[in-house]
Amino acid sequence: MTDTVKSAPASRRQREKPKKSERARAETRLGWILAGPAFVIMLAVTAYPIGQAVFDSLYSFRLTAPDDRSFVFLDNYILLFTDWGFWRPFLVTVLITVVTVAVELVLGFALALVMHRALKSLRGLLRTAILVPYGIITVVSAFAWYYMFDINSGFVNNWFSWLPGISDELDWFSNFGTAVTVIMASEIWKTTPFIALLLLAGLAQVPDELVEAAKVDGATRWQQFYRVTVPNMKAAIMVAVLFRALDAFRIFDNVFIMTGGEANTEVLALLAYRQSISRLEIGLGSAVSVVLFACVLLICFVAIKLFKVDLASGTDAGGGKAKKGGKG
Amino acid sequence: MKGRTAGAAVAVGALLLTGCGTDDGTPVLTWYINPDDGGQQALADQCTEEADGAYRIQTSLLPNDAPDQREQLARRLAAGDSSLDIMSIDPPFIPELAEPGFLAPVPDDVAERTTEDTLDGALAGAMWKDEIVTVPFWANTQILWYRESVAEAAGLDMSQPVTWEEIIDAVREQDKYISIQGVRAESMTVWVNALVESQEESILVDPAASAEDLETTLDSDAGRMAAEIISVIGQDRLAGPGVASMDENQGMLMFQRDHGSFMVNWPFVWAATNAAAEDGSIESDVPDDVGWAPYPRVDAETPAAAPLGGINLGVGIDSEHHDLAYEAIECIVQPENQAEYFVTNGNPPSSESAFDDPRIEEDYPMADVIREALDEAAPRPQTPYYNEISEVIQDEFTPISGIDPDRAPQRADTFIGEVLRGERLL
Repeated sequence: MTDTVKSAPASRRQREKPKKSERARAETRLGWILAGPAFVIMLAVTAYPIGQAVFDSLYSFRLTAPDDRSFVFLDNYILLFTDWGFWRPFLVTVLITVVTVAVELVLGFALALVMHRALKSLRGLLRTAILVPYGIITVVSAFAWYYMFDINSGFVNNWFSWLPGISDELDWFSNFGTAVTVIMASEIWKTTPFIALLLLAGLAQVPDELVEAAKVDGATRWQQFYRVTVPNMKAAIMVAVLFRALDAFRIFDNVFIMTGGEANTEVLALLAYRQSISRLEIGLGSAVSVVLFACVLLICFVAIKLFKVDLASGTDAGGGKAKKGGKG
Repeated sequence: MKGRTAGAAVAVGALLLTGCGTDDGTPVLTWYINPDDGGQQALADQCTEEADGAYRIQTSLLPNDAPDQREQLARRLAAGDSSLDIMSIDPPFIPELAEPGFLAPVPDDVAERTTEDTLDGALAGAMWKDEIVTVPFWANTQILWYRESVAEAAGLDMSQPVTWEEIIDAVREQDKYISIQGVRAESMTVWVNALVESQEESILVDPAASAEDLETTLDSDAGRMAAEIISVIGQDRLAGPGVASMDENQGMLMFQRDHGSFMVNWPFVWAATNAAAEDGSIESDVPDDVGWAPYPRVDAETPAAAPLGGINLGVGIDSEHHDLAYEAIECIVQPENQAEYFVTNGNPPSSESAFDDPRIEEDYPMADVIREALDEAAPRPQTPYYNEISEVIQDEFTPISGIDPDRAPQRADTFIGEVLRGERLL
């Protein structure tokens, strides 16, 4: 999906150019030949299912009652938008997205700075160490966190019982506050390295001369960071935030494994799963999926249009531009 | 390269095996089994041998949880999968698969022969709209397990049927924990239904009603009484601090330890407790302290209707081997096989005569209690919309520490109605 978003503005820019040289046209052609097959496959495996989901969402259709299938137009959507059962998971999803992305951004920045400043000899080792959580399959990490906090098998209650509020009798997954905290902590633990890496790439793009110049002008460390480094890597930050926000909004595994939506921790993806897979209500489930998809699109749109995220930054093509922007 | 060719060959081989049959032309029947201790695989092998070339049964494993098994079966059936020759189905999901015609009809003679001496509760679970739509294979029920030391200290006469109230008082007085299933799962519906049925009431007014007209009766004296019992255990923390995640297994683990007292649970706990005592993970004298009795009554004068579980065998409508599949099923469910399955896998027979097997008495001294319970057991609400009803009950009755016994049943009734009429999201 991100690919289609990526290619849309790029191709539009190309079309707007008045006259292309022979070489430019040849390059465009080569570009299409190289990317075309992948593009077609992407369409086949994304556009078709999306279209099918939109179509199904207009029907009342239960898999185990195929004869009762009927066209209900927007009824499924009306049901969703007028039901707290939809808004609650929606708000929980937003909460998880906002909190995890914010915390990850701060932690990721810290890790990126550590990696950036680390001695050359240590850098490789450090990067690998920091990346380990990201390399773990989400379901596996979800189980690990679940068993850590589980009241029957977890060690957290035992180890941290000296902290106020934690005791052997604390069932983390039985109420919203504690359950969602564990879910978010696991999410943050696992994906902070991703943000850190993207930010590290951004940090590497900030020219040393700028920081040095600021130093010469008497800027404090904080000023160097806030006034020079951050503005120069804005593109990298926005890309990191956008990617993580899209990911976080589609959170599923952690919630599915740890609470299964209990204690009001249900998120949109889980709601879609429950309607389509557990209840076998294909129409309603498709409607939830379509809404989820629309939300993701909206986040993309807001990021790209309002915050002007340049998704091509970080690649060779975008790197130069980011620098240019920094200078201007 | 070599490895890849070999891999491809294996894949093609697997395809041929699952699709058509063996080289010698023997039809292959695929039996979708729920996970067990290998008993169904052994029966598949045994019946393959007895068939003497008429068919060969191969097994295919379904997911662990009953709801997940239902999901997979329903999806495959709806998609017209022809490999569903024999299916191990949990009784509450039978109406949902039978109503749209996903199950091949059971031939009359097969139905007659396989249900000759089936216990009443198990037979009820195999029916939909007064017809036998699946063949009972094994039947399960919960009984009351108790620590003899605790019952004695509390002065309870366990040779007579006891009530929930008596148990709750005893647990409170002895400062112990009662093992129930407090987790938000199928087991909550099992419990609620048993409590309602034990008062000679049913959750459904008319099981065959359509989604629009389906009515539930939780908002009744029986429903409120059920909620009251569950809520007392929850609010007074009589089931320990981990009640919100306590399933059958966790309940058993608690029962085996110091706080254990009374437990409603399936018979698997007997073999598991003995095994745990043998390998030293619990005190070796725990099994000697374990007693059993019929499922607790709600009202002292009314016999309890214990929960019904188990597995029935059905044939997919798109299977290409209906006759052979039913032939194989007849082989599988023979009483002696059911007895063997009980002894080896701990799952009780649905056939009464299977209980006469001498090995059963030896390994399961509580077999008589189980057999009687199976005769009285009541199935969970039999309707194609069981899943919705169960989800709502789980929603409204958990966590059990927070139930309002006056309002929860009424909310559940309203909720179920609204969900089924498509007015509310579940």
